[in-house]
Amino acid sequence: MFAPVSTPALAIREVSFLVLAIAMFIFIVVAGLTVYAIIRFRRRPGDDGREPPQVYGSTQIELAWTVVPFLIVIVLFLTTTRYIFAIEGRSPTADALEVTIVGNQWWWEIRYPRLGIVTANELHVPVSDPADPRPTFITLQSADVIHSFWIPQLAGKTDVIPGKTNRMWIDPNTPGTYVGQCAEFCGVQHAGMLLTVTVHPKEEFALWVAAQQAAAPDLPEVRAGRDVFTSVACINCHTVRGTPANGVFGPDLTHLMSRATLGAGVAPNTRENLRAWVNDPASLKPGALMPAMKVSGSELDQLVAYLVTLR
Amino acid sequence: MSVLIPPIATPAPATVPTGGLARLHEWVITVDHKRLGVMYVLAGLAFFVIAGLEAGVIRWQLAVAGNTVVSPQVFNRLFTVHGTTMVFMVGIPIVFGFGNYLVPLMIGARDLAFPRLNAFGFWVFLFGGLLLYFSFLGGDGLYGAGSAPDVGWFAYAPLTGRAFSPGNSTDYWNLSILVMGFGTVATSINLIATTLAMRCRGMSLERLPLYVWMMLVVSGMTVLALPPLSAAQIMLLLDRFLGAHFFDTQAGGSAVMWQHFFWFFGHPEVYILMVPGFAMVSEIIPVFSRKVIFGYPMVVAASLAIGFLSMTVWAHHMFAVGMGAPLNSAFAASTMLIAIPTGIKIFNWVATMYGGRIRFATPMLFACAFLFQFLCAGLTGIILSVVPFNWQLTDSYFVVAHFHFVLVGSLIFTIFGAIYYWFPKVTGRLLSERLGRWHFWLFVVGFNLTFLPMHWAGMLGMPRRIYTYPADRGWDLWNLIASLGVPFQAAAVLVFLVNVAISLRRGLSAGDDPWDAWTLEWATTSPPPPYNFETAPVVASRRPLWDLKHPDDPDGPHE
Repeated sequence: MFAPVSTPALAIREVSFLVLAIAMFIFIVVAGLTVYAIIRFRRRPGDDGREPPQVYGSTQIELAWTVVPFLIVIVLFLTTTRYIFAIEGRSPTADALEVTIVGNQWWWEIRYPRLGIVTANELHVPVSDPADPRPTFITLQSADVIHSFWIPQLAGKTDVIPGKTNRMWIDPNTPGTYVGQCAEFCGVQHAGMLLTVTVHPKEEFALWVAAQQAAAPDLPEVRAGRDVFTSVACINCHTVRGTPANGVFGPDLTHLMSRATLGAGVAPNTRENLRAWVNDPASLKPGALMPAMKVSGSELDQLVAYLVTLR
Repeated sequence: MSVLIPPIATPAPATVPTGGLARLHEWVITVDHKRLGVMYVLAGLAFFVIAGLEAGVIRWQLAVAGNTVVSPQVFNRLFTVHGTTMVFMVGIPIVFGFGNYLVPLMIGARDLAFPRLNAFGFWVFLFGGLLLYFSFLGGDGLYGAGSAPDVGWFAYAPLTGRAFSPGNSTDYWNLSILVMGFGTVATSINLIATTLAMRCRGMSLERLPLYVWMMLVVSGMTVLALPPLSAAQIMLLLDRFLGAHFFDTQAGGSAVMWQHFFWFFGHPEVYILMVPGFAMVSEIIPVFSRKVIFGYPMVVAASLAIGFLSMTVWAHHMFAVGMGAPLNSAFAASTMLIAIPTGIKIFNWVATMYGGRIRFATPMLFACAFLFQFLCAGLTGIILSVVPFNWQLTDSYFVVAHFHFVLVGSLIFTIFGAIYYWFPKVTGRLLSERLGRWHFWLFVVGFNLTFLPMHWAGMLGMPRRIYTYPADRGWDLWNLIASLGVPFQAAAVLVFLVNVAISLRRGLSAGDDPWDAWTLEWATTSPPPPYNFETAPVVASRRPLWDLKHPDDPDGPHE
């Protein structure tokens, strides 16, 4: 959160420095007074045992230490409100990118409704130049329990709640990849529910969109693997556009190999890890809801050979 | 004119059956507020040790990135049971145990208003607590899933629904809290009735010791805040067993409603735990500073203000839920407002020390550490009330650090101080000062090692409740330091237990009034006889024993 690259996160850092400064100031004053009282008024050796003068109170002093905090609170409250409305009040412009993110136990489905793209765990957005703003507005929904969407460098958290649709926005000004993860406890693999946001320059983003919109390749040399894929339970949960696989409970695999990680960030998306994952997801992510597929060794080889062509 | 009956000697013990079993029987059937108070505190301390061990395993697992000491399933059970235990089975019983023991003594009464209700409250709490731990043995239930609750101590719906939490572990959590809640409400009603109806002659409300005032406020908050929690638990029970849909989002229920119910209890609960801590230091600081509390009426007013405002802040746990800007602003305002009466109290305590002659016996050491750590806790509380900043910090380790500064750095510290302060009254013997200092310094070092770095880890983006983390996120060092604090804290608690064990048998004899204190409990013997006072005392000021010791300068005219 101290290296923000998007307006909401920048605004939060601004207000946070103010609040931290006020808190530090209060701490120094009050702790200083306390230390002074402790040292100055400690009982010293040779104390005559007489009681010190009894002071029962002072209306002026007590009034002062009620009014001063009250003034600080007013300043803080007005500042807070200004920033709340600035961040929450922004409405999408016509050229804003619309994304819907659906929280699942324990991965993120990412949909671009206007572009016809469905992917998972890795959000790609265009850079938003202040001269040529291209903000991304995100609609958050949950398929099961409560999750929370949090990319510290881009914005604060917004909860992802079943039965409730939340909205938030980002406008990252620097290309790069930013990491975040689910921030509301959501079950066994809450820790294994990471996501990344990749911010592309405009042309690069257009290329990414085009690649994602393409149909899955259908290479004859991996036909055997494709047949395994469509004949076992994979297709109950996964979609590969252009094949009979149209399940919706798991991530869309049409462009599986365009993603950098497996299992929502728990392992790099290599051929070996993919094989281990298909054989038994729990070996990489204990508690993951995808069952071990229990296919024979040769079928597993064919299956993985097919999956790695899904670029 | 204050007249106090001089303390009388302990009466010769009646012919009681001897032997361990007979003594145990006596404790089981007792309705005496002092014995019940002691049992509350002992049970609370036993659960404290258990919850501490659970926390130790949590820190062991998180000490380094990618650790595999426990599985994610076990980790989730550990933090759920740790949190539930600390809040419901350590904090609540210890603060109400002290209230049980001290309130009648401080107001010159012979017992609580409803002694049998009091015993009921204790046993309901104890078996409710055991029910939670029984889930480790019996939680598998019919479905074979989970062996202890693993949904987090605030158990957000719909994770607690049948669909996501099969088996019976969540039911153990649910019923345990429901049952313990009845006990806590019963005890609160008892304390209110006692304080309002059984004060000795001369003790008007404006002469009530601050401890009693604050326990009255706490009891009031409990009576208002706990029933909504019980209602929510009953709704959850209906959801899980009778197919109701209060929180079942798949059938149109509301997940957010659970949060409103839970935090409508959960935030007053923080003050229900913390105000008794304020109550304890409000007795300790004046006695060890040798000065009357500065601004008694202001401290009482601040307590009442906290009690009132605590009912209005609950949704500050929900700033990321998407309540909308107006509601977020309103709850930010109420949360910031509650900082004012809380701050006033700190100023009053420091002003009490100012100009005093401070004796640094162990109770005062704990009270001083409390002042600094509570100042931190309060300031991080303000930081969290700034909604946009909260969006970054909520559900991160910053929050974990914040509430441990409240509940350990402030509450547990005041409880330890209070144990050193009132142990001589309860047992007739002083705890060892030398071991007390070891306990104090080990605990201060260990506590701050563990919980200070968590602020930083949270600001660096580490969410709470993750069973492991990758090495490339910059959290390693802070987690390692946090885990290194654990042995210090464990050693501190061990020293404390040794101190209690040794001092019980060989501690210095305390006499009636070892600290030269001013409230009524020090006017009777240590330990007090079953009927507390030979003759009902009569008081003429807020510090009856001061009047007795300084007949030339009684408090009355100054008040």
